Amino acid sequence: MNLHEYQAKQLFSAAGVTIPDGSPVFSLAEARAAAEALGGERWVVKAQLHAGGRGKAGGVVVTEGLAALEQVAERLLGSSLVTPQTGPAGLPVQALLIERPLAIMRELYLSLMVDRSRQRVRLLASAAGGMNIEEVAATQPEQLHSVWVDPVAGLQPYQCRQLAFALQLEGGQIRALERLLFALYRLFLHNDATLIEINPLVVSAVDELVALDAKVALDDNALFRHPELQAMRDLTQEDQREAQAREHDLNYVTLDGTIGCMVNGAGLAMATMDLVQRKGGRPANFLDVGGGATAARVAEAFKLILSDSKVRAVLVNIFGGIVRCDLIAEGIVQAVREVGVAVPVVVRLEGTNAEQGLALLAASGLAITPAADFSSAAELAVQAAQSGVVQEQQI
Amino acid sequence: MSILIHRETRVICQGFTGKQGTFHSEQALAYGTRMVGGVTPGKGGQRHLGLPVFDTVHAAVRETGADASMIYVPPAFAADAILEAADAGIRVIACITEGIPQLDMLRVKAALAGRDVALIGPNCPGVITPGECKMGIMPGNIHQPGRIGIVSRSGTLTYEAVFQTTAEGLGQSTCVGIGGDPIQGLNFVDCLRLFKDDPQTEGIILVGEIGGDAEEQAAAYIQAAIRQPVVAYIAGVTAPPGKRMGHAGAISSGGSGTAEGKFAALEAAGVTTVRSPAEMGRRMRELLDSSTAERAG
Repeated sequence: MNLHEYQAKQLFSAAGVTIPDGSPVFSLAEARAAAEALGGERWVVKAQLHAGGRGKAGGVVVTEGLAALEQVAERLLGSSLVTPQTGPAGLPVQALLIERPLAIMRELYLSLMVDRSRQRVRLLASAAGGMNIEEVAATQPEQLHSVWVDPVAGLQPYQCRQLAFALQLEGGQIRALERLLFALYRLFLHNDATLIEINPLVVSAVDELVALDAKVALDDNALFRHPELQAMRDLTQEDQREAQAREHDLNYVTLDGTIGCMVNGAGLAMATMDLVQRKGGRPANFLDVGGGATAARVAEAFKLILSDSKVRAVLVNIFGGIVRCDLIAEGIVQAVREVGVAVPVVVRLEGTNAEQGLALLAASGLAITPAADFSSAAELAVQAAQSGVVQEQQI
Repeated sequence: MSILIHRETRVICQGFTGKQGTFHSEQALAYGTRMVGGVTPGKGGQRHLGLPVFDTVHAAVRETGADASMIYVPPAFAADAILEAADAGIRVIACITEGIPQLDMLRVKAALAGRDVALIGPNCPGVITPGECKMGIMPGNIHQPGRIGIVSRSGTLTYEAVFQTTAEGLGQSTCVGIGGDPIQGLNFVDCLRLFKDDPQTEGIILVGEIGGDAEEQAAAYIQAAIRQPVVAYIAGVTAPPGKRMGHAGAISSGGSGTAEGKFAALEAAGVTTVRSPAEMGRRMRELLDSSTAERAG
């Protein structure tokens, strides 16, 4: 789960991390009031959405005078902002952050994340702030500096100094970085974060380190112990079908192809998408119905797939271990009866109670094509998506 | 021979009297696994499925001589359960639980470092030595004792590899589902090292997926140390970058952790890769047939 910049900055501020003066606003009136409260003549207006690349997309604007501020706020509030990271539909802007501009001496980069291969929290810093960090990694890897924190010993002051000297900080800035890193590391642990990123981290005219931007991603698996963070979830920033899937404990990701896939297990689901592509088709989604699939859940999954108008054929690939294939078949029949299905459905069932499952499908009288194995299932689905009918015999 | 577990392994279940623990313990017993008891705090002294229930893992180990544990407790309590098992001297821990917070696993891994314990998982199907011992949620009936070691990050894709090797008449020595989480117990290299020294394992199937660099490390290790033929498949060629695909570990970002990068690393290390997940078993049989023919010739 991702936080908005303003939410992340609230966590920062409470943890003692310096952020620019400012406040989040949700209406034009609030925007004006926030600017007046900050005082001065110039303000930064930042659209709040769960995607980077806002600046170039016109989502971050420095305004001068209240009239200009209102004009920008009016344009952004309620709009959909398209950035390189949002996809063509963009994401809705329902909040703005109004901040006082800052005199900037240097722009740095800082992030904390879990490094899976070292199995440690990694602190990554760079003097090349304000740039896309993947680009820095590709073109100037010598500009990246990392330390890894021993989970038992915790972050050490020497590690902070290593980063400070690598960033060529001086004087009071060195102690400021140490205080900042300790605060962020505690924040990371305390909130079960998976990523904290500050880009840019700014060295101000008075030697302060200020988080000009803030990105925080949280571990979904740990949200059960952070109800206050769960309340920050903004569903408008998430794919509607994906959010709906989560309610039914389904793992669903929207893709842009035409073959709807319903599979049990994440690995098999990815493998099914891959095989569809190898056979010349394109998957419309990733969907893992999980290990504890019931007929009702399968029915929900099926409805979800059919709610996508791009879908031209449905491929069901189930390897029943704990999941019983007859239950899956029941769910399919139930869903098809309830919502009707205008596209061909190809089903491969293997493992526990596969024969009973196939018999159920055959007895249903519905136009569902069984496939003998994994490979032919993908082939049949691709053919069906292209021609609208399944080439081979019905049951 | 086999790796990790065998017919003499004495298995307990943590979360024994819960729904999952009960169901999978029944399955394990029906498969012939030598289960000796289970643990549910507060229910010590009772009997369940004809076996003794203990309050603590320490008591279970003391009374039954258990040396392996399968864990089916909810995610919030799983890290604690793993550490309890390790502290009680359990040698092989299979943690099936899905959804354990990442930072919990980070601490568990640090606490287990340097100890003589093999943790499998979490978020995995478990481990099975066909015909001898089943610790996990895999369907026992698709397995067959035999020649192939299987190690996989994905549950149902493991079944796929098992199903195919059984259909090809090869069978399996031991199958290890190492799990789909970013922070996990045994990794590919740990399992490959065990398979390397197992005389029963004549070939190895490795099933990877996008995210992380475990497959790249496996490739380097295979090139340096593995004598048996290896067939590898990587799931997620079509997965869009930056999207989480069900497994917390299955996320590829930028140029790192992509399926293509992993295929390339494995191929450069001389590993036989298959681009279709339906061809793992057939390709393995071809490799074994040709190495037999070479020896005969």
